[in-house]
Amino acid sequence: MYIEKAFVESVERLGEETFLMKVFSPAIAYISKPGQFCNIKVSESNFPLLRRPFSICNVDGDYVFFLFDIHGEGTKILSSKKNGDTVELLGPLGKGFMFDDDYETAVIVAGGLGAAPFPFLIKNISDEKNIICLVGGRSQKQIVTHGLKNIAIATDDGSEGFKGTVIDLLKEEIKNIHEKKFRIFACGPNAMLKALQKYSIENNFDCQISVECAMACGFGICQGCPVDSANGESYLLVCKDGPVFNANEVKL
Amino acid sequence: MNKVDLSVNIGGLKLKNPVILASGTVGYGNEIAEFTDLNKLGGIVTKSLSLKPRKGNPPQRIVETPSGMLNAIGLANVGVEAFIKDKIPFLKNLDTTLICNIAASSVEEYVECVHILNDEETIKAFEINVSCPNVKEGGLEFGNDLNAVGRITEKVRNATKKPVIIKLSPNVSRISDFAKVVKENGGNAVSAINTLVGTSFDIYTRKPKIKNVTGGLSGPAIKPVALAKILEIKRNTDIPIIGIGGIMIWKDAVEMMIVGASAFQIGTVNFINPNAGLEILNGLNSFCIENSIKNISDITGSFQI
Repeated sequence: MYIEKAFVESVERLGEETFLMKVFSPAIAYISKPGQFCNIKVSESNFPLLRRPFSICNVDGDYVFFLFDIHGEGTKILSSKKNGDTVELLGPLGKGFMFDDDYETAVIVAGGLGAAPFPFLIKNISDEKNIICLVGGRSQKQIVTHGLKNIAIATDDGSEGFKGTVIDLLKEEIKNIHEKKFRIFACGPNAMLKALQKYSIENNFDCQISVECAMACGFGICQGCPVDSANGESYLLVCKDGPVFNANEVKL
Repeated sequence: MNKVDLSVNIGGLKLKNPVILASGTVGYGNEIAEFTDLNKLGGIVTKSLSLKPRKGNPPQRIVETPSGMLNAIGLANVGVEAFIKDKIPFLKNLDTTLICNIAASSVEEYVECVHILNDEETIKAFEINVSCPNVKEGGLEFGNDLNAVGRITEKVRNATKKPVIIKLSPNVSRISDFAKVVKENGGNAVSAINTLVGTSFDIYTRKPKIKNVTGGLSGPAIKPVALAKILEIKRNTDIPIIGIGGIMIWKDAVEMMIVGASAFQIGTVNFINPNAGLEILNGLNSFCIENSIKNISDITGSFQI
């Protein structure tokens, strides 16, 4: 883990609501793993006061990429960063995806901006494995496909692709691959993850979910980001024990 | 030449410098040690410990507010026994002063915790949390009740020879009355202030942003309140004060010492910059050199009004 003051190379607008920030951060780039995140201080002043957690979207050489939309004041400031501006990264943080072991097909399930961690994961999954990406959103506007491949889209309003949730789409797509050994990797809104969790536990699927939670420090000292363990006896911390969990490990 | 004596003595508790990391903002030291050299700091205060482990409050536990944050963690902690078994081994190898913070729901529980922890040589002092605003059974009522604070101070005092620090609530009308009661009952020092009770609502759902409804406000937003409370204590009693509240940089720390703090704790800033303690220490040292201050303790209470 490092604290690195990093120069912004570019902030590119990908869609109506989505931005991709590229920053020069060699120390963090070198040790980052898919599914990890950075806690970013967007300004040098006390406003906003806290860092903001962002999934590491991709790594290319000395550069780290972050995907975000304008959600509040912090992301508004990020979206206006120009080449040569700085941000302060703290990371890489948390436990990422387990993707190296024995399965044939990676089924990536992303809801909206939940697509953020997957370009880096896809880049690191061995060429011998198949990858399919299922991407969902309320409507076409929320669909994020940056860095994904073999994409099928679901929208709640049917404005693009399959009409329904991305979990409904997953249930359809599973029919084509259910005989192979597959692993689901998912990230998205809580409601989506909950539905996915229920479905994969019922069917005993191999499934990892990346969970989102408001947090302050990002490395375990503030205790601000609890998620119930599956047995309900204790809390796990999203920042330190996650953000990636096995679907049967937590109660959302 | 230019060697500044940074050491401080807080009612018998000697620290190599006045920089202390506040309870609840350093866990039990191991995580923050990845980012900073704890051995250079004056002290660290553990997350509040209770007799039995506490799960803490359900999410959402924190929310950012203008220049501050609200938290309602609910004293999540491992309990005193697991602390001794699992956390002391790491802490005992640190060359910094360990202060153990204790939270309890009864006077007896405070005393029992102190009894269990008292034999641990690594623990150099106890900080008694009578003011956590986020637990229902008693915390705040103790902190709001002069008699209760007096009784807790007396009982804990009698249970240990180690320095006893009482952490005071700002959510009272006259904090200096509480400091007096601590002094009268044998407390070595007070730490002030704990967080201020606050809340924040979502205007669309009309629901509180934190599950506990109210939380403790911390961060730079509370610094002026902390300074006023410390000044009030300083002008009305002679008990040593560990200042807490909104310190972000060394200048804030100097200001807090000027109004009366013998040492100070930093909290929220650790979440943002886990190396802040060392940066503040370096800033203090430079300030002393530039202003020909030989002993940092000379700053304490040096206000000109």
